[in-house]
Amino acid sequence: MLHTVNKSSFERNSLKSCINTIDDTSVILLIEDGVISATKNINSSMIANLANQGRVYALQGDVEARGVSSKLVDNIKLVDYTGFVDLVVEHGTSVSWV
Amino acid sequence: MKISIQINEGPYQHQASDTAYQFAKAAIERGHEIFRVFFYHDGVNNASRFTIPPQDDRNIVNQWAELGIKNANGEPELVVCVAAALRRGILDESEAIKNGIDCNNIHPAFRISGLGQLIEAGIQSDRLVVFGD
Repeated sequence: MLHTVNKSSFERNSLKSCINTIDDTSVILLIEDGVISATKNINSSMIANLANQGRVYALQGDVEARGVSSKLVDNIKLVDYTGFVDLVVEHGTSVSWV
Repeated sequence: MKISIQINEGPYQHQASDTAYQFAKAAIERGHEIFRVFFYHDGVNNASRFTIPPQDDRNIVNQWAELGIKNANGEPELVVCVAAALRRGILDESEAIKNGIDCNNIHPAFRISGLGQLIEAGIQSDRLVVFGD
């Protein structure tokens, strides 16, 4: 499954709830303010492990719009909107954590 | 692949409609079919043809309209939830007449219908992607 998270971990608990819920085959796509969670910060241990497994993506346009391209956690994969579409196609059901 | 989209937030206040639009555009360019876009809750405000943004800003309503998402019968598949729309003053001609209001404001690329259209989109499509706040 594909899980999209659109809020920063400093604003809501949706990323934490998502990580606590998903199975081993699921991937996470951080979009909109969710890309703040893709940066190195005091909460980034939450996603570091999943990122190392290659299971965390971030929407490039939203990363650039927020000026955080140089602060990303290691092994986060950047995708454009076409990449977003491909993730939806590839991973079956998509869940939006809003 | 058949993809449907649900949008729960209005234009300009939230990023949801912008993200959904970019997603829909990319999906079409990738050769997928957008079966239906369902506008729910404040998302119904994306359907107002009275929307006039400043000249140097994007017109989100027209952007959606220009994607030309229609079914085989040529009817728009940008579908607005009727209960959510009437509450927020989004009306088509028949709802305006029925409720004694002298004008309507739905953009012709959209149509008003019921929640059953969302369920049907979920059943008929390979994927349903939700954009909200």
